[in-house]
Amino acid sequence: MTAINYGQLLQVALPEVIVVVVALTVMAIDLFFLRKYTMRVRFAVAAGLASTGCAGAILRLLLAPGRANILDGMLIANPLTDLVQVALLVLTILTLFISLDSTFTEHVGEYVLLILVATVGMMFLAGSQDLLVIFISLELLSLSLYILTGFDKRSPQSSEAALKYFLFGGMSAAFLLFGFSLLYGLSNSTNLMHIASAIQGPSLNPLLVIAIVTTAIGIGFKVAAAPFHFWAPDVYQGAPAPSAAFIASGSKVASFFLFFQLMAVGFAGAEGSAALTHVVRGWAPVLAMVATLSMLLGNLVAIRQSSLRRLLAYSAIAHAGYMLIAIVAHTQESLAALLYYVVTYAFATLGVFGVIAVVETQTGGDQLSHFDGLSRQAPVLSFCMSIFILSLAGIPPLAGFFGKFYLFVSALDAAPGSMGLLWLVVLAIAMSAVSLYYYLKVLKRIYVASRSVEAGEIRSPILSQLVMLLLAGAVMLLGCAPQLLLRWIPVL
Amino acid sequence: MLAGTVYISFLGAAGMLLLPKGSVASARIFALSTAVAAFAIALATFVQHRTGEMLTVTRVPWIPSLGIEYYLAADGISLTLILLTGIIAVTGILFSWNIEHRTKEFFALYLLLIGAVYGVFLSYDLFLIFVFYEIVIIPKYFLIAIWGSTRREYGAMKLALYSFVGSAMVLIGLIAAYVVAGAKTTTLGDLAQFSFSLHFQMLAFPLVFVGFAILAGLWPFHTWAPTGHVAAPTAASMLLAGVVMKLGAYGCLRVAMTLFPLGLGPWGFHIIGLGSWRDVFALLAVIGIIYGALVALVQKDFKFVVGYSSVSHMGFILLGLMTLNQIGLAGAVLQMFSHGILAGLLFAVVGRMVYARTHTRELAMLGPMDLNNVIPFAAITFVVAGMASMGLPGFSGFVAELMILIGVWRAYPILAVFVGIGIVIGVVYIWRAMQSAFFSDARLESSPTETPLPPISFPERLGAIILIGASVLIGLYPQMLLNIVIPALNSPLFTGLRKGSWQ
Repeated sequence: MTAINYGQLLQVALPEVIVVVVALTVMAIDLFFLRKYTMRVRFAVAAGLASTGCAGAILRLLLAPGRANILDGMLIANPLTDLVQVALLVLTILTLFISLDSTFTEHVGEYVLLILVATVGMMFLAGSQDLLVIFISLELLSLSLYILTGFDKRSPQSSEAALKYFLFGGMSAAFLLFGFSLLYGLSNSTNLMHIASAIQGPSLNPLLVIAIVTTAIGIGFKVAAAPFHFWAPDVYQGAPAPSAAFIASGSKVASFFLFFQLMAVGFAGAEGSAALTHVVRGWAPVLAMVATLSMLLGNLVAIRQSSLRRLLAYSAIAHAGYMLIAIVAHTQESLAALLYYVVTYAFATLGVFGVIAVVETQTGGDQLSHFDGLSRQAPVLSFCMSIFILSLAGIPPLAGFFGKFYLFVSALDAAPGSMGLLWLVVLAIAMSAVSLYYYLKVLKRIYVASRSVEAGEIRSPILSQLVMLLLAGAVMLLGCAPQLLLRWIPVL
Repeated sequence: MLAGTVYISFLGAAGMLLLPKGSVASARIFALSTAVAAFAIALATFVQHRTGEMLTVTRVPWIPSLGIEYYLAADGISLTLILLTGIIAVTGILFSWNIEHRTKEFFALYLLLIGAVYGVFLSYDLFLIFVFYEIVIIPKYFLIAIWGSTRREYGAMKLALYSFVGSAMVLIGLIAAYVVAGAKTTTLGDLAQFSFSLHFQMLAFPLVFVGFAILAGLWPFHTWAPTGHVAAPTAASMLLAGVVMKLGAYGCLRVAMTLFPLGLGPWGFHIIGLGSWRDVFALLAVIGIIYGALVALVQKDFKFVVGYSSVSHMGFILLGLMTLNQIGLAGAVLQMFSHGILAGLLFAVVGRMVYARTHTRELAMLGPMDLNNVIPFAAITFVVAGMASMGLPGFSGFVAELMILIGVWRAYPILAVFVGIGIVIGVVYIWRAMQSAFFSDARLESSPTETPLPPISFPERLGAIILIGASVLIGLYPQMLLNIVIPALNSPLFTGLRKGSWQ
């Protein structure tokens, strides 16, 4: 055991430290100075401070990109983790912007604090290759998200969703921990690399099979893949809009990155094969099954939804299915494709939730009928919404399309010559044709349906219009020039 | 310079949204001038470029890590279709002069659609073709769902889903081809040079061909076409039948057939007399010709007659492609142009001149209105368009169908007989529709005091004259197009096709 170099530790963890310090400052300022001001001011100050902190952390990551590996993988820093952490921070800032007009709580300081703490959890999650640290940061993230879900104390739905989320989350954490303990038993190490070299072997140890399955269940829950998705529709529907946006975007990015790391690094050698012609036992066929189930269930159930938030939840399950294909392929290229996909997906989802937040506060609901004729009252928001929705549907030249294209190409490229994953890709493309139906249904409400008289006027606040335009611009720009994002992904 | 057609249309669409609210006239003028500017560019290039060989417009790396290029190029075939797009775009705006409801949005979506169509015809990179091809779907949906008539939301959704399913099939084929070639390039010319294995081509060809042919109205995947055409507003049905269906046919020729020429070859065994995908698709095309014509024969709705006639005429194009001889292929390209013009004209008469005035499309109701005397210009236009559509000499349809027929005679003598039958039925359904809509003996006995129908306006006359003029011009002097189409068919891009089973 080498001695701990605290100086270096601090240096590598500086972005996280910045965010934590800012989080505490925000809470203190809100507690001591801002109590008597209006909600808007409090939210503006808190979110402004928090965003500055996040921006500071981003600057630190960009200006001093480090390569470090502290304590045998407990904390690592390389261009890849830097990129993921920057993306997470950007998503956090955007979430904070979306929450600016919120009125669902008086505990502004605590709310922003929890968002930042969850961000710290995600950042550690991205920057570690050690089971212990991974588990702890995952719990930090999850616990914050449970509270964020139940933050609207006036809404019983919100509490119900939080409880459901918490119960399912607790169970999945147990599964995950069980899997981790087996891994430790098998390899006598908590480092992913060491585990990988310990479990190498011609045949799969039965204990390893259990470890694979329980780990897949644990993380499958985090990414809302079927059949571990039961919490998603309720949480998407019940949580306050900014919380739901955060769960649907930032936490997805972190979880998918972690999922890839765990599987491709930790279980390297036990992947088996999911090619239809010769299935080999391992985690790849397991994940391929989960992906298949998610794509089918997500897309088919989404058709029947009448609430936009629930529709998004099921579409999120479907998207989780697409993204799992990248993990099944587990090449460097598919990692790049996964990162591109999940980041652009997070932008689009954030945008949709931003629009939902505006509409919901003024019409009182997120049923599809509340969006009838929105384009005549809020043309800018409607335009942005159509960009987000079409990007989710995978219509070029938006980012969602290139994401899908790249993902499928990398999946087919994974086993050169054999195209073993063709069946998954075909299924995914077929299912995305199905998805166009329900996405178009949303747009039909906005653009085609006429607004009923009692639905009332909709004002679009300038700030949310700006944020939405920014996001829509990003989705369009990244779709037209994917290179802008791809060249930052260092695995290529 | 040709790339300007795409940019001008997209900029026009964006600029449309910036126009002041509520000024309908300025929106129309702005849209018209945008479309005319794009058309002028297309025409100028058409006049200058007389050889029909590949003309590179723009070529820059787009996504270098995947080898995707932003590569615009035009040869004789694409130039012909770009010209067609220009004509239809301009006349479509002339025929939508009466749009008063959400005018700005209408023309913005219209120009977006036009720009994407130009883009498909100009792209020489598979990825780029696909991008433009999919952009087409969305404005199409909204044009029909917002401004359409009969069962518009159903028709629009059906159309969007059929298109998307088709493009999903194309996407699978393209990704597979890209990965199998493994050369990190999506340029059409490079991929066409790559020799994919016979097995792969046999699987990929029908996938990609059908994917495109869904949009070209191949029987039995045509059912979106009549409902979509009928539901669409006039300008959108002109675009749909005029150019969007051509996108499908163009994709079949340009992508499916050049990339996977071996897929057209014999299977080595026969199932009910069919020995290759080529036989299968030729048979489906002929069924489409006859089926479309027969169904058009019994329609009660005027617009459905024209809608099914489109299915029938698109069958000619697909059949022409499957002849795989020069005259048949050139005839197919000519028919793309000709049908684009004539379908546009027919839909303009039915949708704008008649339906917008009478508010009915029932042939039985139109007859007693004595339209021949009330709006004689509409009657004359329909007679001319009908004659052209039947394939009377002197119009573009005649030359095109004759060339296809000769090609079919060489490739499939038996099918040529059925095509002949299809042409005869074509005469009958046009005749029947003309008779009962304009020259019916039945007279309206009661309520003669209805408000008189407004006369045919100037934009309508202008649009009709442009379209008739184009058809007559090509009918009298088809060499104008053939001079650039045939060299394009002989270009290196089609080498694989020529080596494979070209006769």
